[in-house]
Amino acid sequence: MLSFANPARFMRLSAALLPWCAWAAGLFLAAGVVLALFVAPPDYQQGEAVRIMYVHVPAAWMASFVYALMAGASAVGLISRHPLADIAARAAAPLGAGFTLVCLVSGSLWGKPMWGTWWVWDARLTSVLVLFFLYLGYIALVNAFDEPTRGARAGAILAIVGVINLPIIKFSVDWWNTLHQPASVFRLGGPTIAASMLWPLLVMAVGFMLLFAALLLVRMRTALIAARARALQIVANEAGTRAPPRAARAMGPAQ
Amino acid sequence: MSALRRLVLRDLRLALRQGGDAATVAAFFVLTVILFPLGVGPEPALLQRIAPGVLWVTALLASLLSLERLFLADYEDGSLEALALMPMPLEAQVAAKCFAHWLVTGLPLTLLAPLLALLLHLDAAAYPALVAGMALGTPTLSLIGAIGAALTLGARRGGVLLSLLVLPLYVPVLIFGVAACEAAAQGFAARPHLLLLAALLVLAAPLAPFAAAAGLRLALE
Repeated sequence: MLSFANPARFMRLSAALLPWCAWAAGLFLAAGVVLALFVAPPDYQQGEAVRIMYVHVPAAWMASFVYALMAGASAVGLISRHPLADIAARAAAPLGAGFTLVCLVSGSLWGKPMWGTWWVWDARLTSVLVLFFLYLGYIALVNAFDEPTRGARAGAILAIVGVINLPIIKFSVDWWNTLHQPASVFRLGGPTIAASMLWPLLVMAVGFMLLFAALLLVRMRTALIAARARALQIVANEAGTRAPPRAARAMGPAQ
Repeated sequence: MSALRRLVLRDLRLALRQGGDAATVAAFFVLTVILFPLGVGPEPALLQRIAPGVLWVTALLASLLSLERLFLADYEDGSLEALALMPMPLEAQVAAKCFAHWLVTGLPLTLLAPLLALLLHLDAAAYPALVAGMALGTPTLSLIGAIGAALTLGARRGGVLLSLLVLPLYVPVLIFGVAACEAAAQGFAARPHLLLLAALLVLAAPLAPFAAAAGLRLALE
């Protein structure tokens, strides 16, 4: 695993992996949209409006998954000081916030025709809203320091503290009386959702996951390139002040 | 043990000398609670309905006020580094500082809350639940707030950032605190909600000092 720590190696691997991820994401999302809109059956109660589920549920799964990933990367960054861990956590945060926002907005659009309201303060919706603000707080914290490593480590601690929200989100529909329905897929006793709906849902979920992977790789590569550009800028500045020894030291590995 | 006691006494003495914190927090609490009847109108039934929520939310905001200075004074004059070098674990010192912070801010809030509840026509049955809930909830607020205070030490616009970080983590305390009051007001048992508040305190008391100490070590690097 330590061999992946080298940023140059990561750049080579991600350059090879990225096109496959991106094309696979496009394929799965296209297939998922076709399945969701045309192949999957309408719900006996909700009719065609149930098709919002094929966006809302995968987005919700990604929202929690990305936070767990962010917290895991943060823990790795704190414990082993792996240089890519902090970059991965920082890159994942806006993506997770985006998925959470999609989940909240699509849920709201679904709730208006189904529940008769744009919003309700039940345990599931409230805890996902708290997750959204945890993402925003993390992004604000990592950007609040002039020194990037300080920001990354502070954010890492915050991300780990916020992990307590994930089981609350998952079990909120069991612990409280919620308007939001209980789990139909990830539950003891297997999924209760019909197979004709489950498969398009899983295809969309895989598509979302691949989309996240592709975007994460792009963001991580961008962060590494930006760090390299900063280092080169330092070199250029120092060469301008005619201090070759310092310039040589500044040519060190990208942050 | 006596070292921790001396740390608590030191913080109390400093707070007393500066004089500002306890009085400011209490004054903010009183003033913001008074704003609500002026804003929503004096109708007793309406005020009674919103009283638990208003009291808890303003207590939350009042305790946020004093959090930024929890570690800042020690950080700026270098005594935080000295404390970190002491043989006592930094986590224990953080716990001691949180306790002192609670004595200076949370305890006055808990004592003032029933008096302000009179102004909001809170149902008589809810007073014990209010005081018990605040007594259990305000230490948790100090502990969770210490995490935010440690992480934002030396950050740009630390005060506002602290609020953004800490308020989502305060939400469970708020929900159960208000639920305890409302349950008591409607004649139900407040005990389950108070037990959940106690559970949050029991969870925060050992864990929050670790996160806050990690944040302090980060700030001292």
